[in-house]
Amino acid sequence: MANDNYDSSKYPKYPIEGFDTLPPDMHLTPEAIAEGALPENVPRNPAAWTHVHGGRMDTDPMWITMGPQHPFSHGLWTLRVKADGEMVTDAEPIIGYLHRGWEKEVENRTYPKIIPMADRLCYAASMTYTHLYCMTCEKALGLEIPEKTKYIRIVADEINRLQSHLMWLAAVGTDFGNFTGFIWATREREYWMDMNVRLCGARMTTNYPRIGGVRNDTPEIFDRDIIRCCDRFDKALWDIITLFDDNSTFTSRMIGTGILTREQCANLGITGPAMRGTGVDFDVRRDDPYDNYDKIDFDVPVLTAGDSYARYVVRVEEMFQSTRIIRQAMAKIRALGKSAPYRLKAPMNIPAGTTRMRMEDPRGTSYMYLVSDGTDKPYRLKVRSPIFNNVSSSKQLVTGCRIADIPVIMAMIDMCLGETDR
Amino acid sequence: MVEYQSILDWINFPDPMSNPYYPFGDAYNLPYDISMKIWEILGGTIAWLLNLIFPNNGISGWLVCDMTANFFALVVFMILMFAVPFIGCLVSLWEERKILGRAMDRRGTMIGMWGFLQCVADGLKTFMKENVQSKAVDKMAFMWTCSLVIGVSVLLAIMVPLSGRWFVVDYGSGLLIIMALYALAPFFILVSGWAQNNKFTLIGGIRAAEMMLAYEIPILIIIATVALEAGTFNINGIVQAQYDTIPYFIPQFVGFITFLFCATAEAERAPFDLAEAESELVEGWQTEYSGMKWGLIMLADYLRGYVSCAMIVIMFFGGWNIPFIGDWNNYMPEFVFLLKAWFVFLLMILIRVGTARVRTDQILNLGWRVFMPLAVANLMIVLMLKVGGII
Repeated sequence: MANDNYDSSKYPKYPIEGFDTLPPDMHLTPEAIAEGALPENVPRNPAAWTHVHGGRMDTDPMWITMGPQHPFSHGLWTLRVKADGEMVTDAEPIIGYLHRGWEKEVENRTYPKIIPMADRLCYAASMTYTHLYCMTCEKALGLEIPEKTKYIRIVADEINRLQSHLMWLAAVGTDFGNFTGFIWATREREYWMDMNVRLCGARMTTNYPRIGGVRNDTPEIFDRDIIRCCDRFDKALWDIITLFDDNSTFTSRMIGTGILTREQCANLGITGPAMRGTGVDFDVRRDDPYDNYDKIDFDVPVLTAGDSYARYVVRVEEMFQSTRIIRQAMAKIRALGKSAPYRLKAPMNIPAGTTRMRMEDPRGTSYMYLVSDGTDKPYRLKVRSPIFNNVSSSKQLVTGCRIADIPVIMAMIDMCLGETDR
Repeated sequence: MVEYQSILDWINFPDPMSNPYYPFGDAYNLPYDISMKIWEILGGTIAWLLNLIFPNNGISGWLVCDMTANFFALVVFMILMFAVPFIGCLVSLWEERKILGRAMDRRGTMIGMWGFLQCVADGLKTFMKENVQSKAVDKMAFMWTCSLVIGVSVLLAIMVPLSGRWFVVDYGSGLLIIMALYALAPFFILVSGWAQNNKFTLIGGIRAAEMMLAYEIPILIIIATVALEAGTFNINGIVQAQYDTIPYFIPQFVGFITFLFCATAEAERAPFDLAEAESELVEGWQTEYSGMKWGLIMLADYLRGYVSCAMIVIMFFGGWNIPFIGDWNNYMPEFVFLLKAWFVFLLMILIRVGTARVRTDQILNLGWRVFMPLAVANLMIVLMLKVGGII
């Protein structure tokens, strides 16, 4: 019963030759960016106008504080923008409103008790951080987890990636001022939430992975419904992206706005879909595989344009790839059978030492650094959140755009404050 | 002096046009007639009762005399003239919620009468909301601009005739006066955004003024084109010109589409609701308004949407007449008009379902580079047809 629902010929190979969201003449060299050049349809920076018109433009810029409670912010953070009329000339992100001292708090808890806390790091994709935490502990213990668990974790991860991306797609709808896309994407997200319920009984904070395995095997009802859900989703996602993609009111606001170059990406430490939208062909799942991702056949979508639309296309393609991964992993789980073990007993104490582990979160590369001292509590557990780095690019992203572009550009970063402030 | 025998002598439903104070000249006015009859029943009964108790008193005669009847008829007339567009815009609000709901795979409002009573509930709710006002606002401008936006919208809505017999004034240049009143609101919005002393409202107000530059000129060109084809600016005349013949949206299809989009922008509806863009400007120029002020601003928004639709119906869909049915048009022209207006509103809702909000530079580009040439092309087509003697 292997690969019964999976056909690799249906999927494109990335990067596709000649497929690019930005016309070739709009690609910018780093030298041109340094001189303040922008593509044709991007509103120009007023600073450049004053240069052209001999400094005659005598306007008074003002600082606008957007946030912490602002419709565009998707959480609690502030973007202070310096606006000259409609044009943004400077920006400054301020975070920390949701800081709960996570890293200090876990130092007083035993290792298994940190698992539900790791769920609370990111509310949109809770299982990915728990998974990362368990992988870090297993690496510190030198534990080789059962084969079946690895595939179950892959399925759980991809369900959460789909949830997170659908929440992002819904937010894109409202940021554009269109409620239809929001409701459609939220409807599709509900099906994946139901898959979470089928798998472990909870919708958002799942508390599912364990150090040395997962809490329970996949139930029969999950095995049945997950493939149905994939089949349905592959069709339904086309409906949603047709609304966005075949519509110039959406695409004209995405193409050519919020441009980042590869160099800026590297300097700012941006990871995830935002990085793959600028042409960096890197995905931890493929290039530093964990949990049998190396035995799964999937593609990493990469676009070279670096604008908002490239990030949008990368995320949408990742959703198609996720269902592809789920199909293969479910086929493997079925092949292993119900009698295969799914959990190992793990010791309570972790030997002294330092361990680092990274994984591909829906939003970028998340990273955990564990300093253990031989007791049952961590000495230090550092979390590297991808959004913490990605949001620092907001100055580069929004400078030179209009105020109306800020929600669209920042939506493509996909903010999640739970993991940023920790 | 008439000898009054029974109640029927007091309530005798005289011809309203025989009243020497009849304000509409030689044109028959249905709502005035209804108001007159309501007063005949009300005032006539009072007069009859008074006359029973105090025979031959002066007040009974005064209550049913021409001048009093005219005065009270005008009071009822005014209420009636506001009530019909008000109900019309409540229905369009309900229509919007239901159709948006269906498009989004949900049910829309569900409270009473297929969800219609939700509008009433929302209206009552805004009455109960507390009016919160920032200390930093310029109080005079804050109050007056809000009142003027609402007042102008209500004035507009009652200026639109529902049929040849349902009107307030029958101006020779009715279409131009409606468009002139329509164009007033962005100025109040600009001042209001400034007066609220808030950066979001300031940007929202400036956007409203900026946007007006884009759509106002194509709209006026298309109005001139319609007037050219009909030979008059009078609303009644334009509708009569389309009586029993093809409506203007067929020869002026380009103009109809352009006007539909411009009127959407004029009513500040999605995708042209830049002035109240909630994703970046919180609620745009309405941010500081709360309670009933905000409720009335919402009402004004929908009244303007209703007027936009009514303008399209008058200019392109033959007003209150259905083409090629001749005298059958005499029965319910007001309902035909409202149904057509709600149909045009349906087009606006469908635009809202599938579009994202445009940027200020995009709407300026659209207005000057797309709508403007299309409006001029429409004018050219009509001129050629007119010169060629086809229409």
